[in-house]
Amino acid sequence: MAATLLAAPEGDTAMAVDLRAKLGHVELPNPIMTASGCAGAGRELAQFIDVSKIGAIVTKSVMLSPRSGRPTPRMAETPSGMLNSIGLQGPGIDAFLQRDLPWLLSRGARAVVSIAGGTVAEYADLAGRLSDAAGVTAIEVNISCPNVEHRGQVFACNPDSAAAVIDAVRARTRYDIPVFAKLSPDVTDIVAVAKACVSAGADGLSMINTLLGMVIDTDTMRPCLAGLTGGLSGPAIRPIAVRCIWQVREALPGVPIIGMGGVRTGRDALELILAGASMVSVGTTIFHDPSACARILRELEEELIARGVDRLADVVGLAHQPPAVTARALYPSTRVSASTRVRRS
Amino acid sequence: MTHSEIDAQAGPVQVRGTVLTVRRVDAYYAMTLVAPAIAARFKPGQFVTLAVGGPDTSMLLSRAFSIHDVRPDHGGTVEFVFAVHGPGTQWLAERRARDVLDVTGPLGKAFPLPRDPVNCLLIGGGYGSAPLFSLASKLKERRCEVDFLLGAGSGDRVFGALTARRTGRTAVITTEDGSLGSRGMVTDLLDQVIHDGRTDVIYACGPMAMLRQITVLARRYDIPVQAAVEEAMACGIGVCMTCVLPVIGSDGITRMARACLDGPVFRGESVRWDDVGTIPFDAFGAPGWEPRSRRAAEQQNGQSRGGDIRTDRAGAGRAPAGGQADRGHGEHRNAARDHADGRDADRGHAERGGIDGARGEGGRGHGADPAAGHSDRVAADRRLADRAHADGGDAAGSARGGHGHGR
Repeated sequence: MAATLLAAPEGDTAMAVDLRAKLGHVELPNPIMTASGCAGAGRELAQFIDVSKIGAIVTKSVMLSPRSGRPTPRMAETPSGMLNSIGLQGPGIDAFLQRDLPWLLSRGARAVVSIAGGTVAEYADLAGRLSDAAGVTAIEVNISCPNVEHRGQVFACNPDSAAAVIDAVRARTRYDIPVFAKLSPDVTDIVAVAKACVSAGADGLSMINTLLGMVIDTDTMRPCLAGLTGGLSGPAIRPIAVRCIWQVREALPGVPIIGMGGVRTGRDALELILAGASMVSVGTTIFHDPSACARILRELEEELIARGVDRLADVVGLAHQPPAVTARALYPSTRVSASTRVRRS
Repeated sequence: MTHSEIDAQAGPVQVRGTVLTVRRVDAYYAMTLVAPAIAARFKPGQFVTLAVGGPDTSMLLSRAFSIHDVRPDHGGTVEFVFAVHGPGTQWLAERRARDVLDVTGPLGKAFPLPRDPVNCLLIGGGYGSAPLFSLASKLKERRCEVDFLLGAGSGDRVFGALTARRTGRTAVITTEDGSLGSRGMVTDLLDQVIHDGRTDVIYACGPMAMLRQITVLARRYDIPVQAAVEEAMACGIGVCMTCVLPVIGSDGITRMARACLDGPVFRGESVRWDDVGTIPFDAFGAPGWEPRSRRAAEQQNGQSRGGDIRTDRAGAGRAPAGGQADRGHGEHRNAARDHADGRDADRGHAERGGIDGARGEGGRGHGADPAAGHSDRVAADRRLADRAHADGGDAAGSARGGHGHGR
């Protein structure tokens, strides 16, 4: 990292920032994506933003069969966040391949398809179906689903179950489609799950999924959500996202990370990038600002320009560097001593 | 609304709207925003969403409101009506002229208009009447006769009574406390109003319980109802999937339709009002749901899914919707869709608990069962039990999350 920093051309702050990001071996024009479940399959958002201008559309998790989801009420507003218990309502993979994927491709958008299932075999089947279809940029595996064959324990909560899913998905996915495992923060040791997924063949990791939460209405004295518990998202969970990304980046520095969790501004996106995310997904913020992805992309570029950074890749995981190296990135005149670099490596 | 329609129509826009006025109107507030792009696209029945609380707000969800009216002044203004139910609407009420708000619209499906000059009855509960007045002008342009039937808990919660009297051929007002018009609920007078006005079409907006009963009554006279529903929404644009309700499609299949995108205006008889707040067992993609072909085969085998089962289930199915169901119709709280803050909304409800409780619908003989104590789990179990009954006892296989029957 330090070497690339030193080699970067200096001055010339007027030039545009190189925002290209690597999703495994696939290059995206910029790192801002939608978060799964917060943008449908992109069609509704296309009324407000050009879906081809952001890095990628991450679709709502697709399952094998159509699914009606959970009863309402399905959401509750919480301080700087919200709980949702949608229950993966969706039309199933057939409708997705017939209708949503071709639409995304026709608009020039890059499609990162999130998949969800109740058994390892379901995940594998989905991966196979997506590999047979043309145009899938990457697969994000939503392993925060109850494992039907294991008393409903969530795959993501157990390194072995998580690895079993990723292994099966990787085996059925075409070699040139990167597979990202979406991790849950509701675990004792997220690094263990991350390592298990990478060993099983994950090309990268997405983090974090929502945290399980609950709200009780003190007037009715009953839980607010019909599904009782729901996933907490929004800025309330951003520090947890930063922590998880930091820990995994520290343990697995070479593995690309899609960061998500409470990103509301370009500055928030930069925070996740500094922690180690190469790409950033925007979720709950879309609900009150449909054009949030375009705005955050613009703001991120401004934040980078303000710091004299001309290449996004230079700041990915920069918070892990010793202070002198960080200073070097921000103030090019600072000298980085050889000893600092040696100690770091 | 199908996806191809989204592409085809002049869709909604997200703009910075400047506040022109915020006025108190009896128990409500009316806000007028300068938003020409939204005003130009507006059709009666559509709504707007607003981000509340400013850029660093802790309130993340959009607040949705029916558009009351648009006017050409200042290039195009949009007016909507709201009640203060929680911190989000409180913040809105505190806005002043020249404040700038992030507003998106017009969203949702508008009221369909009749081709011929017919007698239209416009029914509003609380400030659910807000979208009806722009609808009335459109109807009158088509030489339709417009009658109003407005109701609320008290006189100060009937929105637009004067306008209704001025612009409608007739205007009947009901209040639960008798402080304005006749004492009672809109549904008490519905028969009379339909007879007097020779009603051909009903347009309604208000609490779910009111819409349900209007649909039931109108069915007796074979009068079509266009109902604008209220559902808690997080986004209003169709991505969050929180505002769903069971709606029967033209193909006869029940789907969990999004109130924001497929509605908010639905044909009354297409909504399964008794199942709102639940996932009906035969809904598209419900646990144990199977493709039609298989169901048809089953029915040929002589297994019926009789109406008695549905009736039975309706009682259980009500439970999760209890809070909504026992709020009573003609009641003040709802109408527009500011339910993002469900907690505060329900607090408002609890304050009136005495009134609502005393005159619960169960006692009104409309067959509603407030069933407030039931948990959704109980409801779900009952539904599964019903299903097991209907299918001859194979629910066990289908209880496991929608992977079909283990046959």
